[in-house]
Amino acid sequence: MSHEISEHDVIVIGAGGAGLRAAIAAAELSPKLSIAVVSKVYPMRSHTVSAEGGAAAVTREYDNLDAHARDTIFGADFLADQDAVEAFVAEAPHELIQLEHWGCPWSRDADGRISVRSFGGMSVKRTLFAADKTGFHMLHALFQTSLKYDHIVRYDECFVTSLLVEDGRARGITNVNLYTGEVMVLAANAIVLCTGGGGRVFPFTTNAAIKTGDGMALAYRAGVPLKDMEFVQYHPTGLPGTGILITEASRSEGGWLKNKDGHRYLQDYGLGPPTDTPTQRKMELGPRDILSRCHMQEYQKGHTFEGPHGHYVHLDLRHLGQELIDRKLPFVRELVRNYVGIDPVYEPIPVRPVVHYMMGGVHTDMDGKTPLEGLYAAGETACVSINGANRLGSNSLTECLVFGARAGRNAAEYASGMGTPTSNPLAALARDEQHRLDSQFFKKEGGSERIAAIRTEMQHAMEEGAGIYRDASSMGATCEKLRELRERFSRIRLEDSSEVFNTERISALELDFMLDVADTIANGALLRKESRGSHTRTDFPSRDDENFLKHTLAYRTDEGPRLDYAPVKITRWQPEERKY
Amino acid sequence: MSERTITLDVTRYRPHQEAVPTVQSYAIPFPDDWVVLDALNHIKDQVDGSLSYRWSCRMGVCGSCGMMVNGEPKLSCAVFLRDYFPRAIRVEPLSNFPVIRDLVIDMSGFLDKLKSVKPWIIREQEKPLSEGEYLQSPRELDAYQHFSQCINCMLCYAACPVFGLDSGFVGPAAIALGYRYNLDSRDHGTAERREVLGDHEGIWQCTFVGECSVVCPKHVDPAAAIQRVKVDTAKDWILSLVMPWGQR
Ligand SMILES: Cc1cc2nc3c(=O)[nH]c(=O)nc-3n(C[C@H](O)[C@H](O)[C@H](O)COP(=O)(O)OP(=O)(O)OC[C@H]3O[C@@H](n4cnc5c(N)ncnc54)[C@H](O)[C@@H]3O)c2cc1C
Ligand code: SF4
Ligand code: FES
Repeated sequence: MSHEISEHDVIVIGAGGAGLRAAIAAAELSPKLSIAVVSKVYPMRSHTVSAEGGAAAVTREYDNLDAHARDTIFGADFLADQDAVEAFVAEAPHELIQLEHWGCPWSRDADGRISVRSFGGMSVKRTLFAADKTGFHMLHALFQTSLKYDHIVRYDECFVTSLLVEDGRARGITNVNLYTGEVMVLAANAIVLCTGGGGRVFPFTTNAAIKTGDGMALAYRAGVPLKDMEFVQYHPTGLPGTGILITEASRSEGGWLKNKDGHRYLQDYGLGPPTDTPTQRKMELGPRDILSRCHMQEYQKGHTFEGPHGHYVHLDLRHLGQELIDRKLPFVRELVRNYVGIDPVYEPIPVRPVVHYMMGGVHTDMDGKTPLEGLYAAGETACVSINGANRLGSNSLTECLVFGARAGRNAAEYASGMGTPTSNPLAALARDEQHRLDSQFFKKEGGSERIAAIRTEMQHAMEEGAGIYRDASSMGATCEKLRELRERFSRIRLEDSSEVFNTERISALELDFMLDVADTIANGALLRKESRGSHTRTDFPSRDDENFLKHTLAYRTDEGPRLDYAPVKITRWQPEERKY
Repeated sequence: MSERTITLDVTRYRPHQEAVPTVQSYAIPFPDDWVVLDALNHIKDQVDGSLSYRWSCRMGVCGSCGMMVNGEPKLSCAVFLRDYFPRAIRVEPLSNFPVIRDLVIDMSGFLDKLKSVKPWIIREQEKPLSEGEYLQSPRELDAYQHFSQCINCMLCYAACPVFGLDSGFVGPAAIALGYRYNLDSRDHGTAERREVLGDHEGIWQCTFVGECSVVCPKHVDPAAAIQRVKVDTAKDWILSLVMPWGQR
């Protein structure tokens, strides 16, 4: 069977913060370019919509770029590339003002300027916000703005299954159109991956259902290495059970973390002294990796509460009062009332650490370029790296803008220099992909394994072996389990053979991707014999700059990931002990 | 946590298999903190992998999971099974839309309508980024803020009697979003949006009933936007009668 091939200059995969920013940047470069935006959900459903707290940039007189850079590098436990961080902080203010000009309803001070708030690990107030729905407003402002460019062509609800690589260049993609079940082929001179993170490889996460690491697996299968995948951020304050996030902004506005004795326990872990109003980088405004570990230690000491969904502590907002909560944290109040059935104005919120963000991702340089010619990546799916071993809250929305714009612009420039995209070589590649999809998924007969069962076992194996605390034996067991699951996956049973909006197929394709992503996380963690940022090993409890001040690169092979390493770029900040 | 069992009567429709939609019943054991979406996920994962519906954030902000729950448009991630128990729950695709499959509706028309109201900032003159942000006071922000809370969930369209009769009607959410930009102190595009916001006969058929505002999970109050567009359009019309030609 032959496929009709649609040609564009640039294909952007993903329509979250990074993808839409990339598409607009490409569109602004030239009205002559045709930009395709392909997304497995309608753009406004992208996970960026859930981001609550804010986006960081230096916009105030009291602040400066070096301070933002230093906080980021320090927070990253020195695994960030410092040249990338310097570019990031320098372009961040411009990008956030740009979003203001595009209509984002930022919260305002009395004088009309965009308000800023404190955020964990940041030394001054520099996080811009739109109440506690920052990601929602950013995403809708970007999406609505993107509608004015007629040369941005959307492929909504189209699921990308592979990158087509010919002659060492990324030349196109295949995707399943959910409405028809058809496999479509798009050709372009440049492709930008903006597919977001993959928190769903873990059982308990703040991440939406669509965050299955697809783009990471797509790149990995196309021969591009994944970088620093072992670094997975736990956020200290998720709701037990659902994993719904209670934003860090609730702590920057003055919320307290208390154990079952009502004690602000963070002071017992070197984060004190406790103050009534928040102090930057202290107590509740410490970085996420450290706060999550403190929770686990409280649990081990028996200082946490026990509930139907496991251990938890209290996030107490009562002293902030209803007026402030309604003005600055209305969504927190709405979420807690709906999903916990209590009102945070009068009762403390039960919270526990929850998987939140992946620092690792597709290996790119500062321009968003991957080692595969014609392929770019940005946003949570990419690893530039500015986040190193631990991301600071409110840096990632800004990262989506800064590196989304960079990747989009660079991809468009590259594509304009290449002439008309040729679709000739793609027909054969597309046929191979159709064959793979048919035999493994669409026309697969028999099989006995349930998708949900394999997914759940994978998620639990990841929590066991690659959770907050890790050691060689539990990680080894997880790697082993993942091999078993990969083998069982070849025997999955698909009950739905229809073509129209077949979401079972999509779940199977996502699980296929997640198994690859999980493998790189677990194997990367096993071989990193030190503790740094979010990666904490009980068998190697200290940071080891001599052997591990380097990025992990995972390459796909048929026997599992092959690991290599690359140096970290240090410009002006020499590694020192990370103490708050 | 105690478990009880509730019955879900779910609309099934696979266009190449069934000529008309049918209803399938599932008995679902559920803990107290489950929402309707949890029950659907349980069905898909454990009972019947072929059931199709949209969802993602499970926290009421992505707007994917709108369905008719016992005849009312709801976000299925925000309504609890316990509130319906012990009665059975009827789960259907959103009313007034073509159905693609099971609980999945075709909302592509909305995307076109959204674009038609020009939901972006229109300026007579752009200020360079180097000059910083446009100042906007908290009061100016308040003027449009609630209209900017729309998550495009389509519940208001499912409740709208006018849209039910005339699918060409721009409808509550798109009007509210267009009007949101008119009210934004940074925007100069009111005149450009006038035609599409006020022109369609739909808005004149809209009564003050405001079903759309009642069902809106985000308190956007699209009915208020529609009424205000009506008033503005009528004012413009009266003005056009009293003003000499050149100044219209
Ligand atoms: C609850 C929560 C709150 C957060 N709060 C903050 C905050 O306050 N500040 C901050 O800086 N960061 C925050 N973050 C992190 C931040 O929101 C994300 O890192 C960021 O939004 C990621 O954006 P993205 O554009 O990379 O990806 P996403 O927004 O996840 O978009 C991914 C896109 O890729 C598409 N896609 C994926 N796979 C495929 C495929 N196979 N085929 C086609 N399309 C595909 C999807 O459809 C989607 O459009 C938060 C994260 C969470 C979970
Ligand atoms: S106005 Fe309300 S009901 Fe209508 S789409 Fe927006 S959020 Fe949903
Ligand atoms: S799943 Fe996102 S609104 Fe219900």
